[in-house]
Amino acid sequence: MGMTMTQKILAAHAGLDKVYPGQMIKAKVDLVLGNDITAPVAIDEFRGIGTQKVFDKSKIALVPDHFTPNKDIKSAEQCRMVREFAREMDIENYFEIGQMGIEHALIPEKGLAVPGDVIIGADSHTCTYGALGAFSTGIGSTDMAVGMATGEAWFKVPEAIKFVLTGKMGDWVCGKDVILHIIGMIGVDGALYQSMEYCGDGVANLSMDDRFTITNMAIEAGAKNGIFPVDEKTLKYVSEHSKKLPVVYTADNDAEYSRVIEIDLSEIRPTVAFPHLPENTRTVDDVGEVTIDQVVIGSCTNGRLEDLRMAAKVLKGRKVNPRVRTIVFPATQKIYLQAMKEGLLEVFIEAGAVVSTPTCGPCLGGHMGILAKGERAVATTNRNFVGRMGHPESEVYLSSPAVAAASAITGKISSPEEVVV
Amino acid sequence: MIKGKVFKYGDNVDTDVIIPARYLNVSDRNELAAHCMEDIDGEFVSKVNEGDLIVAGKNFGCGSSREHAPIAIKYSGIKCVIAENYARIFCRNAINIGLPILECAEAVKSIENGDRVEVDLNSGMITNITKGSTYKAESFPEFMQDIIKAGGLINYVKGKVEGQ
Repeated sequence: MGMTMTQKILAAHAGLDKVYPGQMIKAKVDLVLGNDITAPVAIDEFRGIGTQKVFDKSKIALVPDHFTPNKDIKSAEQCRMVREFAREMDIENYFEIGQMGIEHALIPEKGLAVPGDVIIGADSHTCTYGALGAFSTGIGSTDMAVGMATGEAWFKVPEAIKFVLTGKMGDWVCGKDVILHIIGMIGVDGALYQSMEYCGDGVANLSMDDRFTITNMAIEAGAKNGIFPVDEKTLKYVSEHSKKLPVVYTADNDAEYSRVIEIDLSEIRPTVAFPHLPENTRTVDDVGEVTIDQVVIGSCTNGRLEDLRMAAKVLKGRKVNPRVRTIVFPATQKIYLQAMKEGLLEVFIEAGAVVSTPTCGPCLGGHMGILAKGERAVATTNRNFVGRMGHPESEVYLSSPAVAAASAITGKISSPEEVVV
Repeated sequence: MIKGKVFKYGDNVDTDVIIPARYLNVSDRNELAAHCMEDIDGEFVSKVNEGDLIVAGKNFGCGSSREHAPIAIKYSGIKCVIAENYARIFCRNAINIGLPILECAEAVKSIENGDRVEVDLNSGMITNITKGSTYKAESFPEFMQDIIKAGGLINYVKGKVEGQ
């Protein structure tokens, strides 16, 4: 029996020729990541281990992105703790406000994730870097502490579901619609403890930004990781962003999968996940009349340049509905600057939206766009759990940037096809 | 031996309802525990007693990687969680911080909110005292049991780092 792509990467990092699903292994990690919420707990735990130094100061990344720019005194204290630890340990990849971006957009952009890596991050959306053909997965603060001390992590080798993608997405359809479609199909625990491995001719038709969005939400299907094969687009992206050497792994032809799912990308419609689970999906054709109070465009899921371009294409020359507070937050400083150069920020501001600094803020109900009781938002973020964006009786509808932008204009969940004619 | 009253919840209890993000600007364990389960059960904190248990359906702890979720549960007084199964990051976080968790679909089906339940962590035996029924939980792989026995990953690793 052959190995999946994930199994091969894990085997190589565990110093083993072969691993099998269910096997417990200890693997070397290439990067350990944490943010301003998870790192303070990890730093406390790190002190408890009793070691004085981190295993490798170049292989740890600390990104204060959640409650930053500091939203209150308590979060300022948490950020200070992370900053002081970074200075004490001489962490090379600490990103202060001004350099900082939303971690899962920032790490690939800074060239810290490349094909073949094993990356652990104390943030559930660490699975994003699977888009680059790396094994990356979310872990907790204690795992982060031990990773920082030892450069290792324990894993149970996962089984995999194989997604065979064919065809090409239609107009106004993007990676977000693909992953929402998949989660709607398999459920929020549909890939529990497993890898989601993508393959097929359709992969070539997905941009890197589409792939980042798709692997970003692997966790929303319960998966350990999502992973794409490495192709010319991947290698081009890596050569433009990183000095690290990519190591390309491919799945064996006789690799075993728990399930094989075929998806024709051309059949996917713009998709919306209704409250309060990402699996409650409907195509935009079946949403009915849902009036909204807020639109959020951004996050580690959809705050990249292509996302902003897609939103701007819908908003250009139009005005957002005066009843809809529309908040756009580019995911990194680099994306922000490029969006400015391309005139996208002007489109947003002319349309009546606000443009925020990079932050995770509204996505998790932290700051910069909290919902009151009974309010509804369409968001390009990743979770629509009870209370996710604010009051426990508020509602979040997940969508692509195109649907979010169209909804901002009409004041209800709408297809971009209705707005751009 | 763990013995207490059960707080029963459904499927897909997510980390945002276990500990809402608005309270994550601190990492003090007792402060986190003071808001445990707030968005799904506003009365939990006032009703929970030391030694009680949480019983829930499938995919318990889905969502964020925040270790604050098992920490809030552990320091609220809950001594054990029994679920059909767990979201993977919650599972490893609970094991890593030494919060006992068990998987047993049969027990979950039978146990109701408010039942008194006894758990023997060594044998994995779950007794529903109220209903007079017993169940056996799935056992974790040996490696994970070693971490649990050490009282969490830090203690498990501590010995090894010091030994080097």
